[in-house]
Amino acid sequence: MQPGASLRRDPSLATALRGTAARHRRERVIGAVLLGAALLTVVVSALIILSLFGGAVDFIRQIDLGTLFADGWYPRRGEFDLKTLVAGSLLVTGIALLLAVPVGLLSAIYLSEYASRRVRRIVKPILEVLAGIPSVVLGFFALTFISPVFVQRLNPGTSDFNLLAAGLGVGILTIPLIASVSEDSMRAVPAALREASYGLGARRLTTSVKIVVPAATSGIVAAVILGISRAIGETMVVAVAAGGSGGAQFTVDPFHQGQTITAAMASLATGTDRVAGATSAFQSLFFLGLMLFIMTFVLNQLGDIFVRRTRQQY
Amino acid sequence: MTTASRALPRSLHRTGGADWRGLLFHGLLLVSLVFSLLILFTLITDVLMRGLPVFQERGADFLTRPTSSSPARSGVAQGIFGTLMMAIFVSVVAFPLGIMTAIYLEEYAPDNRLTRLINVNIRNLAGVPSVVYGLLGLSIFVLALGPLTGGKSMIAGGLTLSALVLPIVIITSAEAIRAVPHSLREAGYGVGASRWEVTRLLVLPNAAPGILTGTVLSLSRALGETAPLLLAGAVLGGFSTGSRGLREQLFSDYTVLPVTIFDWSRRAQAEFRDLTAAAIIVLLVITLFANAVAIILRNRYERSW
Amino acid sequence: MPSTLTEPTDRVDGSGNLPTAPRTPATAGVALRMERTAAQPLAGGDADTDPAAEPAVDLRDVSVYYGSFRAVKNITFDVPPNAITSLIGPSGSGKSTLLRAVNRMNDLIPGTRFEGEVLYHGENLYAEQVDPVEVRRRIGMVFQKPNPFPKSIYDNVAFGPRINGFRGKLDEVVESSLRRAALWDEVKDKLKQSGLALSGGQQQRLCIARAIAVQPEIILMDEPASALDPRSTLQIEELMSELKKNYTIIIVTHNMQQAARASDYTVFMNMGEDRAGYIVERSRTTDIFTNPKHQMTEDYVSGRFG
Repeated sequence: MQPGASLRRDPSLATALRGTAARHRRERVIGAVLLGAALLTVVVSALIILSLFGGAVDFIRQIDLGTLFADGWYPRRGEFDLKTLVAGSLLVTGIALLLAVPVGLLSAIYLSEYASRRVRRIVKPILEVLAGIPSVVLGFFALTFISPVFVQRLNPGTSDFNLLAAGLGVGILTIPLIASVSEDSMRAVPAALREASYGLGARRLTTSVKIVVPAATSGIVAAVILGISRAIGETMVVAVAAGGSGGAQFTVDPFHQGQTITAAMASLATGTDRVAGATSAFQSLFFLGLMLFIMTFVLNQLGDIFVRRTRQQY
Repeated sequence: MTTASRALPRSLHRTGGADWRGLLFHGLLLVSLVFSLLILFTLITDVLMRGLPVFQERGADFLTRPTSSSPARSGVAQGIFGTLMMAIFVSVVAFPLGIMTAIYLEEYAPDNRLTRLINVNIRNLAGVPSVVYGLLGLSIFVLALGPLTGGKSMIAGGLTLSALVLPIVIITSAEAIRAVPHSLREAGYGVGASRWEVTRLLVLPNAAPGILTGTVLSLSRALGETAPLLLAGAVLGGFSTGSRGLREQLFSDYTVLPVTIFDWSRRAQAEFRDLTAAAIIVLLVITLFANAVAIILRNRYERSW
Repeated sequence: MPSTLTEPTDRVDGSGNLPTAPRTPATAGVALRMERTAAQPLAGGDADTDPAAEPAVDLRDVSVYYGSFRAVKNITFDVPPNAITSLIGPSGSGKSTLLRAVNRMNDLIPGTRFEGEVLYHGENLYAEQVDPVEVRRRIGMVFQKPNPFPKSIYDNVAFGPRINGFRGKLDEVVESSLRRAALWDEVKDKLKQSGLALSGGQQQRLCIARAIAVQPEIILMDEPASALDPRSTLQIEELMSELKKNYTIIIVTHNMQQAARASDYTVFMNMGEDRAGYIVERSRTTDIFTNPKHQMTEDYVSGRFG
């Protein structure tokens, strides 16, 4: 080999280092196809927003705005009282959280701080199964079990269909979500913090309540917010168990029949509330959908902020 | 000296009844956990008690008959068929698209604004209530694309459910792909594998169990959905399929088990309550079967690196 | 792909592994290199290699950035062929970063940026039209932690040839690679077993066999023995001195005894005040350890810092 050979270029090496055109093409095509799939998700979002806004704007144009503040939600009479639905949604969500927050949170503490590996291995899948029960099934359970066995005993004379039973049904659906999000945040609390507490002679109760739960606060807040979002968006439990198809009077009494935003959508869709020619009733679907979309979007963003805060902490 | 050595051990004794609060708390935790289990148990026994007699009485007849206004002649055949068709739709449409997106985000995407947009967008989509997907189905797949899908048709329903589970499939698949250790990718690149070779030959085989679990779980969720399909045109009540072939059925009326359940649960006749429970048993068998498959797969393939 | 699969031995001249020839008058190309290094005396100006032998790879004014942070700066040195060059220096001096720059592994880390040139037979491996995949086929890598694929021993070794479109007898390539990696006798009866079932030292030798199987010219080793017990470490070192007959090896090591025992040339790097790694001294290993030119080198090799 001659001195200075390092500067002598080998043309075949230069070509070889470029790689084969066939492979470059293959890699490029695959990359493009995968990007296309990813962009489709953006298209889905755009279509959702487009159809919600389009329908909502049509609805607002068609109706007399005064009908948004009437005595109740009776779309086929052209009465679109929003506060009836919002009150229904808030009532159902409130009842659901009264059940799901304590049960979910305490389950999370148990799973994170007390349970042995074996218990976790048994209990977690069961919670997952509970989370996997279709909501229409829980609606049926709320109507045929919770309502007669619990609600009607509590307040005899209540109709089979009532907001309390629906709220409890939604609450059952929300328990696994709250339990799993808050358990994750409790398990993210560093072991050193617990050891420090035990090292000072604290008992498990003290450590759980005074150390772990405060340290996991943002995660627990996130769990509750995401639980609210889940409960507000829940449709079928309310559609089956709260009655109120065909419209509902404004009420904040959990023993009454009622409508929520989502249940109103379900009954609009099933035709119960639709009459021929009354297109504004149909268009109100999109308006409700938009309201629901915005509410859950804001809640999810808020929940995300708190979830992220947990991750940053440790 | 002697007093001290006697006092010390005594202070180490458990302080007897003083920990009743700890015990109480422990009890409270157990009760809350048992509560969930109890609900699940009650729900299942309640449904079985109501529904099993229907099977005893009617046997396979209940599974093979279409919906009818008379309880004695109503069956879930159309619901089962529709639900299985939805499963096929989701598997064919949402799974490939979702897994491809997950691959893109984890293995291909550069760290730029577009990627961040896609990521944020997917997280938001996952939080959209399912009933809103029904509106997407209604306005896009039923109305706008009506000439292609046949309006309120099985295709429109299948596409709606596919859009609904897409973000969940992406998120769970991306998690599974992310769990593949980075050293494995480096080893592949180190011997001159291209990005696709590393992805196809190393990353995907090792992420497969996780991807499978996630997709099966999202499938079982899709099969239990009611609200989006109510909006996207699933038929409440009876309809006749006539003598249509499979291809025609794709473009025409359909229903799914959850919609049948919803329909029957609102009927006035008491006999429909029992039929509802029986239909729920069929639905739960299908979704729990899918869930169980997913959990077993995960436990079997769970790998510690 | 004939050029990939030619034996590296074909290109090696007979001047021996430890060039001792006196400096010949510099040709234009070498002079250029000398000039550059003269401008940065700390960056390899002490090099004592035979300018007549074509270097296996030649780094010129290399800087690597992670985002805005510069991890190594203005690195210039060449790597003699069929020899072992070790990179030593305290943690954070950019040894691994520099090593991974040679076969463009850093490309895989988002946010890294490269400046300078890496010349391989006169070709800049960072030229725009160069495909990093092709670079890695010629410059293989062995990592700090053994990372066999979760596949059988056979498939681990066969992976590289297979994806590179190898058309010959795969069994032979697998056997000869395992033999060269001094692993054949231990695994010949269990080629179908998982590579993960082997001991740590065996896994690392499997990874070496896997790297050899694509017949690279250069093998980069990033602390290949740091996760192994002393016996396996010794085996790896013996294997390296066997391998240098056919391959050029660059190794990053924290273990100074290892550098002293196993390498022919040593590059000592340190972290500058701006936290960027730079070359303090680069020389024959014997010189670095017995007759260092810089006080800093002496302090480091005698264990006074780092």
